[in-house]
Amino acid sequence: MLRSLTTLLVFQCLGEGISYLFSLPVPGPVIGMLLLFAFVMLRPKVADAIEPTALELLRHLSLLFIPAGVGIMVSVDKIRGDALAVVVSLAVSTTLAIAVTALVTRALLRRQRRELAAQEDTP
Amino acid sequence: MTAMPKLGGIWVFLAATPLLGLTITLLAYLIAQALYAKARFNPLANPVLIAVALLVTLLEVTGTPYATYFEGAQFVHFLLGPATVALALPLYRQWSKLRRAALPLIVGLIAGSLTAIASAVGVAALFGASHQTIASLAPKSATTPIAMAVAAKIGGIPSLTAVLVISTGVFGAVCARSILNALRVTEPEVRGFALGVASHGIGTARAFQISEEMGAFAGLGMGLNGVFTAFVVPIVLPVVAKWL
Repeated sequence: MLRSLTTLLVFQCLGEGISYLFSLPVPGPVIGMLLLFAFVMLRPKVADAIEPTALELLRHLSLLFIPAGVGIMVSVDKIRGDALAVVVSLAVSTTLAIAVTALVTRALLRRQRRELAAQEDTP
Repeated sequence: MTAMPKLGGIWVFLAATPLLGLTITLLAYLIAQALYAKARFNPLANPVLIAVALLVTLLEVTGTPYATYFEGAQFVHFLLGPATVALALPLYRQWSKLRRAALPLIVGLIAGSLTAIASAVGVAALFGASHQTIASLAPKSATTPIAMAVAAKIGGIPSLTAVLVISTGVFGAVCARSILNALRVTEPEVRGFALGVASHGIGTARAFQISEEMGAFAGLGMGLNGVFTAFVVPIVLPVVAKWL
């Protein structure tokens, strides 16, 4: 477990370093994720070794958002005048984003499957 | 007779160390998880929502400032970084499946992410929100560290963005089932992906609750949208702001 956690932290450090060095808008952990992904593609054995710890961490992903969420007790003051705007905007935009992502992805997946099926039918 | 002030004294004493913030965060999470399980994982019993409500109530009642609480809670907050890196693993496991669907997923991401940004900014502007609020809202569908960095860059308030991001995540995790059922979207990979794009880590946590496959697609959606938002919002927001 310690070894897996260290591996994750090393890749996060690499990601942070690259993000800083090239002043990228993408945060370090995301670059670290891409680097680790590339690494386990090359060395699948590493994936087996760190998988249990990684999945344990992801199983409790909800926990990690709690401290920032409690920040609502101080940020409520900052939106006092805009509270209605923020609530409506969040609800409308999140609903639309879920619907649009799902409908566009599904339509294209279905078309892709039909094309594959058509290719298989033609000798 | 002197037990009561002494008891209050213990809270003040403990609150001064990081120990208390950390402990109450874990306890609130365990209580929220237990309630979530008791509600048979009904999305309305979202564990982040319950835990945050419990903690805010406790801190308000005891008069503990957020900064004091965060001294301890920051250890949990810190793990967001390694957890983001850890998403590489489900991604790797589902890679062959993901790769076959690459084009539909990428087009779906672009459509969904632009919808999220444009509709958040548009609705807020329609209601006459300040520029600062709009800038804090624009990156709200991206995961916390990305959204905070983007907000700082475009004139928003990062700490406000963190709360908006989490509210978005909770809203998506709670409502996605009804929205997707109403649209008759049944494919687990599409449902997971939409959850991840629109409501990042909290949506992904919800997706993992249902299956690892759905979780992997959600994790991919969250990762891709994080990267996409980081590049697009700083470019799109000034353009949209000029229109309005």
